[in-house]
Order: sequence, then structure tokens, then C-alpha cells
Amino acid sequence: MTGSIKKSRKNLKSQLAQFTGFLFLRLAVYSVLFILLYFFYDIGHQGYRAISWEFISQVPKRGMTEGGIFPAIVGTFLVTLITALFAVPLGMAAAIYLNEYARAGRLTRLIRLSIRNLAGVPSIVYGLFGVILFVNMLKFGTSVLSAGLTLGLLTLPWTITASEEALKSVPDSYREGALALGATRWQMIRTNVLPYSIPGMLTGAVLGLARAAGETAPIMFTGAAFYLPFLPRSLKDQFMALPYHLYIMATQHHAIDKARPLAYGTALVLIVFVVLFNLGAILLRARLRKKWRH
Amino acid sequence: MESSYIAIPEGQPKIQVENLSLSYGPKLVLKNISLVIPEHRVTAIIGPSGCGKSSLVRVLNRMNDLIPEARVEGRVLIDGENIYDRDVDLVALRKKVGMVFQKPNPFPKSIFDNIAYGLKIGNHRSRSELEQIVERSLRQAALWDEVKDRLHQNALKLSGGQQQRLCIARALAVEPEIILFDEPCSAIDPIATAKVEELIHQLKKDYTVVIVTHNMQQAARVSDYTAFLWLGELLEYDRTEKIFTNPANKMTENYITGRFG
Repeated sequence: MTGSIKKSRKNLKSQLAQFTGFLFLRLAVYSVLFILLYFFYDIGHQGYRAISWEFISQVPKRGMTEGGIFPAIVGTFLVTLITALFAVPLGMAAAIYLNEYARAGRLTRLIRLSIRNLAGVPSIVYGLFGVILFVNMLKFGTSVLSAGLTLGLLTLPWTITASEEALKSVPDSYREGALALGATRWQMIRTNVLPYSIPGMLTGAVLGLARAAGETAPIMFTGAAFYLPFLPRSLKDQFMALPYHLYIMATQHHAIDKARPLAYGTALVLIVFVVLFNLGAILLRARLRKKWRH
Repeated sequence: MESSYIAIPEGQPKIQVENLSLSYGPKLVLKNISLVIPEHRVTAIIGPSGCGKSSLVRVLNRMNDLIPEARVEGRVLIDGENIYDRDVDLVALRKKVGMVFQKPNPFPKSIFDNIAYGLKIGNHRSRSELEQIVERSLRQAALWDEVKDRLHQNALKLSGGQQQRLCIARALAVEPEIILFDEPCSAIDPIATAKVEELIHQLKKDYTVVIVTHNMQQAARVSDYTAFLWLGELLEYDRTEKIFTNPANKMTENYITGRFG
């Protein structure tokens, strides 16, 4: 007896199951996409009207109902820079230690588990921790420095985890090959592991930083100011930041009608800031890959 | 404890393994092995999968140190020095005992940089000196003619057989005295295999070669001495000719005639 390969009533049921299954999956993707696109449309459409050269380059005026958000843009840029300088090298170093040096024992497992758990701690908790450690104990005051370091702590678990993943993606044969040629462990890491994992490490770090740049809770007690008509002059000065400014404009302002368009403008600037950041990460990774792979 | 050698080959001994046992955690992988490997000869280690062949060669340049739960008992003397002594410099040991792995593992760098790797991490050498050594090593590995016009191309673009010869050239560049081959032909095609075997044959003039293989014809073709390992024990060790024509042990005979494996 020869079997027919034509569609028939016999396999109709499985065809139907497949069709409905995929239909459901497709709908899930479309609805997520729709929400996201609507969100971008709303912010883009409403925020676009608020954006002008004045909005980007001026300080807020008349009880923050006019003028711009220049101090908040600069503040967010500065605080993210401090976060990066603190969290990226420290996170990479910790990941290198954990993945390349630490013996795989109970302690290492515990450390790794703790780091994963820290990634899930609510950001407000980091904020309170930052007040205790940086603002009070280390006497940095409410400042760009305290806020940057607090955000750094928040991003560390992400940076470490992403860096470890990047290190794990380097095949062990590169390590063995280097050692077998008489490399020390550090030479092996420097010449035959880091070059191939740094693109991945940086991507992870930048994604973590982009998240940190949009955080409000960790900076509101540690350095972000409600309103400052000038820029921070030192690391110990307070600063304005886009996410905190947005929070004020959207929920705490006395004249909501007048503040609303400016809030949309601020949101749009913040989103553009984060998107540019991620775009930068993608370009950087592509360049580094090219440079090191060939 | 007196080491009980099954056979002591003629010639100058290069490596003396004495009462060596190796365990990974609770698992005993090598059981009380004693073996003398002669200088300027090819010694093959054969045996069924999982018998400890690879573990044995990895003892000889201490690559097992990478495995946290590995524990070694006994001694391994190279030129009379125990490589498991506390004051052994692993870098010096691995420069003296080179290794070629089962899967070709060129680094994602240029052909030139692959060969020069071991030299660059060692002491600084001038560019012209590097160029000389790279050419010499590639010629020794019979790869020079195939790659001389593209030394700065990525090594990953080479074929599998070329990659393995590149790895051999890379090992030769640091001027070792011993070269360990861990199933060097299991991932390459028959023509490339023939080239690598020819190469191994050439190498014994200047080096002491230890090769792990699960290919019995290969052991018979390239080696002077053959060790037969079975479940972590050294069952027989003799001149290759003797092992393949008149094995003393019944298990060896069964294995080389293909009754199991």
C-alpha cells in the first residue's frame, strides 16, 4: 500500500491545531507591538509639539511652566557618566574574577546567586541604601556623585551577569590553547579571552546604563533636585535629571495643564536619550567585532 | 614503593611516569601507571573510549590542573625532574611540553599571529626574528607553501586539516622538546590525516612525540612504541611491532583485532 502525500481529512485535525496555535502566537506578537507603537506614537506626537531649540537649551522658567530642560539633560548625562565610570570597570573585573579565577565551589555559587538576586531588588531600596552609604556615611551629601554611585550599584548585577555571559561565550579551546603554549593565566585572559568577550561585555554594560539613566527612585533621595536654574559645578552639587523632572511634571506640579506638554517633551527627550545610547552600543559592538575578528 | 615497569624501552628515557594515579573527584581514572617514554621516538597510547588515554597525556603537561577536582598521585619525571613538585614553573613546563588538541583550535587571529602567539607572550623578539620563526615553523608543519601568500588572513578561514597543521606549527614555534598529540586526526579527513602522520614521522628526529589515538592503523603506522590502556590500567607496553604482531596480553589482542572497542 502506498501512502498519499496529499492533504486529507485524516490529518485535518492536526492542521487545524497548528493553524489555531500559530494564530494565537501571532496575535500575541501583534498586540505587544501595537501597545509599544501606540506608546511611542503618543509620546512622540504630544512631545514633538513641546520640543524646540529653547526647550533643549534653556533652564525651566515661571515655576517650570515655561522654558526648557537643559539642566536636566546635562544632569542625566553627568550622572550616567559617573555610573558608567564606576559600574563598568568594577562589573567587568568582578565577572573576570568569578569566571576565570574563582574555583567553582559553594562560595562562588553563593556569590553568583546573590548577584542574580540583587538584580531583582526594587530600585527604591537602592535609593535608601545610597542615602545611608554615600550621602551620610561617606559624607558625599546629596550630589551627582552619590546619585551616580547609587545607580552604579543598581547596574552592577546586570553588568556582572552580562560580562560573565560574554566570557562564557569564549570557547575553552582558546584558553587551553593559550595555556598549552606557556601563557600565564593572566596572559591567556588578556590576549585570548578579553578581546573576544569585550564587545559582549560592553553591550551588556550599555544596556544596563540605559536602564539606570531612566531610573527615578535611586536618585530622588541621593542627589536629584526638584528645581535648579543652574548646572552642577562639582561632583558634590545637586543636579536635575530627566526622569525625576518628568515625575515632578507629571504628578507633583501645581498647574497640571501648563506642565503637561512640557512633561511629554521631557519624556520624548528621555526616550531619545536612551535609544541613542542603545544605538551607540550596537555600533560600538559592530566596530569592535570587526576590529578583533579579522 | 618500587615502580613496576612492564617494559623499559631502549634509548634515553625522556619521560618517566611512576606509580601514577589520577582521579576526578571520587572517580579513579588512571590506576597506578608506570611507563618510560624514550627520547626521539613516537609513543602511541591506544585503548577504547573512556580508558583514560587523553587524561594520561594531559598529566604530562599538567593540563589537568584546569579541572578543579582532579587529583594526581605518583610522580612524572621529565629529564629526571618531577613535574608535580611544588616549585615547578607551569609556564616553563608547557613551553617544554607542547600539545596539539583533538579539535583544531586556531585562535581567531591571523595565521601569523597564531604562530607567533607563544613567542609574543614569552620574551620580546624583533619583528624579523618573529618572521623567521613563523616561516620555519610553517615549513616544519608542511603548511608554508599553502599559506605563504596570506599570512595575515584569519586562521579560521583555513580548512580543518590546514588548521590542525597550523596548530602543530604553533606548538613547534616555541621550540618544545616533547609534543603531545591528543587524537590529532579525529576531526580531519583522510588526506589531511596522511599529511599529519607524515609530519609526526618527521618530527621524531628532533622531538619526543606522544600520540593518543583510537585508530589502531594509525598507531601501527606512526609509532615506535605502543601502550595499551584499558579502564585506566596500563595492560601492555612494548615495541609497536611486537604489540601488533604478537601481543602478550589477551585483552590487547582482542582489542587490536577488533573484537571490542
